[in-house]
Amino acid sequence: MSFLVPLPVIIPLLGAALTLMMARRAAAQRVVSLTALTATLAVSITLLVVTVSNGPQVVAVGGWAPPVGIVLVADKLAALMLVVSTAVTLCVLVYSIGQGFADGDGETPLSIFHPTYLALTAGVTNAFLSGDLFNLYVGFEVLLVASYVLLTLGSTENRIRAGTTYVVVSLLSSVIFLSALGLVYASTGTLNMAQLAGRFDELPDNLRLLLQGMLLLAFGIKAAVFPLGAWLPDSYPTAPAPVTAVFAGLLTKVGVYAIIRTETLLFPDGRIRDVLLVISLLTMVIGILGAVAQSDIKRLLSFTLISHIGYMLFGVALATEAGLSGAIFYIAHHITIQTTLFLAAGLVERRGGSTALERLGGLGRIAPFLSILFFIPALNLAGIPPFSGFLGKLGLLQAGVDESGVLVWAVVAGGVVTSLLTLYAIGRVWNLAFWRTPHPEMPRDDDDEDSVLLPRLMVAPTFALVAFSIALTVVAGPLFEITSEAAADLISRTPYIEAVFPDGAP
Amino acid sequence: MPNLVYVIVIGVLIGAGVTLLLERTLTRVLIGVILIGNGVNVLILNGGTFGAAPIVGENTTEEMSDPLPQAMILTAIVITLGITAFLLALAYRSWQLLGHDEVQDDAEDRRIIELAERDESHQDDEADEPPDPVYDDTPRKADR
Repeated sequence: MSFLVPLPVIIPLLGAALTLMMARRAAAQRVVSLTALTATLAVSITLLVVTVSNGPQVVAVGGWAPPVGIVLVADKLAALMLVVSTAVTLCVLVYSIGQGFADGDGETPLSIFHPTYLALTAGVTNAFLSGDLFNLYVGFEVLLVASYVLLTLGSTENRIRAGTTYVVVSLLSSVIFLSALGLVYASTGTLNMAQLAGRFDELPDNLRLLLQGMLLLAFGIKAAVFPLGAWLPDSYPTAPAPVTAVFAGLLTKVGVYAIIRTETLLFPDGRIRDVLLVISLLTMVIGILGAVAQSDIKRLLSFTLISHIGYMLFGVALATEAGLSGAIFYIAHHITIQTTLFLAAGLVERRGGSTALERLGGLGRIAPFLSILFFIPALNLAGIPPFSGFLGKLGLLQAGVDESGVLVWAVVAGGVVTSLLTLYAIGRVWNLAFWRTPHPEMPRDDDDEDSVLLPRLMVAPTFALVAFSIALTVVAGPLFEITSEAAADLISRTPYIEAVFPDGAP
Repeated sequence: MPNLVYVIVIGVLIGAGVTLLLERTLTRVLIGVILIGNGVNVLILNGGTFGAAPIVGENTTEEMSDPLPQAMILTAIVITLGITAFLLALAYRSWQLLGHDEVQDDAEDRRIIELAERDESHQDDEADEPPDPVYDDTPRKADR
């Protein structure tokens, strides 16, 4: 079944080319993008089933055997990430189509949106599947360039301002990544990750530390860990709601995925474990303190996004099976939940006319269904039982408690505090935006116009994602089994290396 | 063979690029990005073995240079080209909208500056005008 592996990259790329050619036919563009993403989702689900039962699937691109050619590898981690990210991308696409209809530009949309959106998807899937460091770089560049365009869509003043910061910071991280690649190739003579795994063990310690540090720095900027994440809350909220949602869900997680992949496969000795633990603690606590201070829902959510990256980093830092398993589960949970919250924030913006907390109020009475759509993922984010956020945090904190060491326990304590502060921040949003009496400046309509303000095509995907997040809770048992198998594979490294080089790495 | 000249070239290119990247004008940032990009390309080039053109049949395998860094540089050049075009467009649009192409303060910075100004004006003449909200992101139809 390895012929499936390149499809999640090829289908969106073909879709992007097709939609670009149909720039003047909005309806055809929508059909193509929806078909492409649905097909990608179907392929991803099949891949997950296949990898869980048969182990990692490998394709040598162009028939060039590794290490000469580039390989695409779908192991359990990559396949799981593919399924979650494609499902989320598809929902957001439906949402943005709904928003396009509702804004009355069904006939004259921004023709560049669909091709760019599909290119972004291709970049994300390529980054997940890549078995070669340079191909990973290319995947990153594809998704970054697409994200530059999406972030500055319409090029209003606010977006140009936010886009400039974002582009310059991302460029810096790309340059660091690229020079790290140059140094890796110079010192080992290969960029194939399975081959690198063996060759890194022979390098001098200081050189390895330098390479590890450079890669971590490059991915850290993309994953927005403290202190490299200051660009995020300033750039994400200015974009259109669906774009912010898909960025928040996917882009930082691709960075976290790259960190997991490189830390486990290339640098498994855990030499910088303490550094990672401190970074994860600071990311969690400082991020959530930033969220508490915000007065705008979108900015607040951006800060919770940064903060919860810390949880995933904690699992990576532990580098135990339980820790990595928790981190992978948390990524799947967080992609879903953060996207849902941003979509719900987009609905709040539509209904209430703003996302600034001082201009909102009484949404609970005006739009009860919207309140539910916000309330469930919000509680899920804060980690209220029985939702997946609680299970993910529980898994990670348990993995931490199993370890000994003051630093680990400090991070566990930080995780608990962060969870409580998240609840506080979310509770504040709920109090100000959904309770209180409605703000006088808010659009007032009777129930008949409610459906006009909240188009069904926007509500439906949000509801689908809420349902998906609840489904993650329901299937948490089997899902945790998959993630711990994936984590065990990551730690033993052999399944990945053997899949790429069945006869042993050259 | 990597020699001192290459190392100095890499150092100068990246050093000059970083200096320009720290500037606030987007056109200078752009030149900085190009310089750093070229510096990194030379760095990658030095990672492979030097030698004759890597064409099968013309030279023996031992004489050949390593073609992989060249392929990577080619990819990197294409990516830099795309980024350059995008940054130019961004700088032009910024100039169109604002009359300059400087990177703006972010929302949090502006809020702090505003708070400081309010403090000063309080000390000066006790003026109590509430300033406009800095972070105004109310949706406009044109924003989509």
